[in-house]
Amino acid sequence: MSATLSDYRAVVGPEVIDELLVAADQIKHRTLQHINSTAVGGGVAEILNRMVPLLRELGIDTSWDVIKGEAPFFEVTKAFHNALHGSPETITDAMLDVYRETTARNLEELEIKGDVVVVHDPQPAGLIQRRNGDRRWIWRCHIDVSSPNRRVWDFLRPYVDQYDSSVFSMPEFSQRLQIQQFRIAPSIDPLSDKNKELPQAEVDRTLARYGLDPDRPILTQISRFDRLKDPVGVIQAYRLVKRRHDCQLILAGGAADDDPEGAEMLREVEGAADGDADIHILALPPRSDLEINALVRGSTVVLQKSIKEGFGLTVTEALWKKKAVIGGAVGGIKLQILDGVTGFLVHSPEGAANRVIELLGNPRLRQRLGTNGYLHVKQNFLTTRHIRDYLLMILALEDPAKDIRYLVGLP
Amino acid sequence: MPSTKSFTFHTELRLVALTGVRALSVSDLRAALQTLPGSSVFYHTHQEYLAHNFEKPIYYNDFARWVHTALREEALAEKLTALDLLAFTSIRELRVALVSTIDGYLPNMRRPGFECHQDDAFHFCKSKSFILPTGVVATNIPDFFRKLPSVSTASLYFHFFEARLRLHRRTNDFSRWIKDRGRPDLAEAIDGLDPYIRTLDELRNAIVALGHDLRVPA
Repeated sequence: MSATLSDYRAVVGPEVIDELLVAADQIKHRTLQHINSTAVGGGVAEILNRMVPLLRELGIDTSWDVIKGEAPFFEVTKAFHNALHGSPETITDAMLDVYRETTARNLEELEIKGDVVVVHDPQPAGLIQRRNGDRRWIWRCHIDVSSPNRRVWDFLRPYVDQYDSSVFSMPEFSQRLQIQQFRIAPSIDPLSDKNKELPQAEVDRTLARYGLDPDRPILTQISRFDRLKDPVGVIQAYRLVKRRHDCQLILAGGAADDDPEGAEMLREVEGAADGDADIHILALPPRSDLEINALVRGSTVVLQKSIKEGFGLTVTEALWKKKAVIGGAVGGIKLQILDGVTGFLVHSPEGAANRVIELLGNPRLRQRLGTNGYLHVKQNFLTTRHIRDYLLMILALEDPAKDIRYLVGLP
Repeated sequence: MPSTKSFTFHTELRLVALTGVRALSVSDLRAALQTLPGSSVFYHTHQEYLAHNFEKPIYYNDFARWVHTALREEALAEKLTALDLLAFTSIRELRVALVSTIDGYLPNMRRPGFECHQDDAFHFCKSKSFILPTGVVATNIPDFFRKLPSVSTASLYFHFFEARLRLHRRTNDFSRWIKDRGRPDLAEAIDGLDPYIRTLDELRNAIVALGHDLRVPA
């Protein structure tokens, strides 16, 4: 059963929930509709899975719709995704046509019903063409667009300009736009299967099930098999560490419906592992959240050695579990890992290996970073803060010129 | 005659808006300071006080921190930090002071014209504040001091920083109310506390201590 608001009181404090109730009370007359491109897999779907029921419990009539698309569409939007992250991609006119055609089909089939419509990422961005009446439209960009491929950005820009506001995870991702822009960091749900507390026995059982030795250090990266997550770089780092410490490596990830590159990358990673029995490559099926939770809790050090990253919720999840985390110094990872305080930031496989070696030799350092990381997430990156920011944004759009607004307390 | 009005502790929720404007150099910073809204100047000179910090930061002022870390103009960073925020009663005055501090420093720039890497750019934000009652209400001065330890740092932030500079109330809300209740000595003592050299927790403790020192009955 899903956690309710009252379950969150114990985690985040009663005042946080009371503030949510006050903010929600101001906008409960409005309906909210989220639209994205996948119901399963990936950070956006995970966030919405938790956020939508809580918004409803707060009294806001909230719906969630997923656009429909065939494989060629998702290949195009994956190329968009990579290009917006700054990777070299060839974007042809035919690809833009595929995007337009799928958008046109969804414009016909998808019912726009929210007073406030939140459209997530580039895949459904073109739905703004349906704009009419008094609805408020928000484009929520989860991608690092700090140095986007101009062709893709110039293609999307006319859509984005029609929204009432856009939302980015970091100031660095903001663009010179005519519309309002807000910074809202993503979040994790502390009570979901992926993050809730687990009995040690369950952690041990999971490690045993995957053939891991609990008495030797375990390094773990949880993420989709995606070039931008640099799983091959993690294997390189592991090999450097292995010269000094006997250790094991887990590379575990699921696949998202909108990620057609995953299978190819998985093969490449298996090739790089070259049959090393201490490298555990786990392609997990959907709904493996409890396993992922247990694997992270059973790990000694968690890595997220991304080359580009919108935010990096896997970092948030590991910090929440008080793990020592090493992350690539990119995107939202830099918001989460305060270097030397809540984890370590690195720029190369060698840098990652150096930090792993340091951490494996210093349990107290691991503990200090883990404790700080947990507090940092509690303050800034939980679902409740995320919901609050959405509520405030909806309020802000009601009166864009006002910088200070008084809310009426609950009776 | 002292007022009998009660004091309602408010708190603030803050939403960060992005301007899309960035700076790579001192001259970019100077130009932006002249054109950006007051809410951006306020945000970058105050947001750090509300942030949870694992260590007391060297620079509470975002501009100073960036000038130090990205531009390596340490002396300018120190001058920007040294601005006495208590001396200003409006954001307009603060903006003028920031710009004139930069102007005064320009002849001494260590690396005139230097631009930092775009990864280190300063991105200007601004804040939208939403004020709401906490539900904590003090009916008289002793009651105020009994309840003060339980109010959040966000509440202190609102009554001290927002009230003075953004709402132009000249003094903090606590002093205003306490003065109206017939204790101008206590109001003046609280007004004399410099909130800019303390964390908000330290500020709250200092106010509580003043209550003891100035013999507020329990």
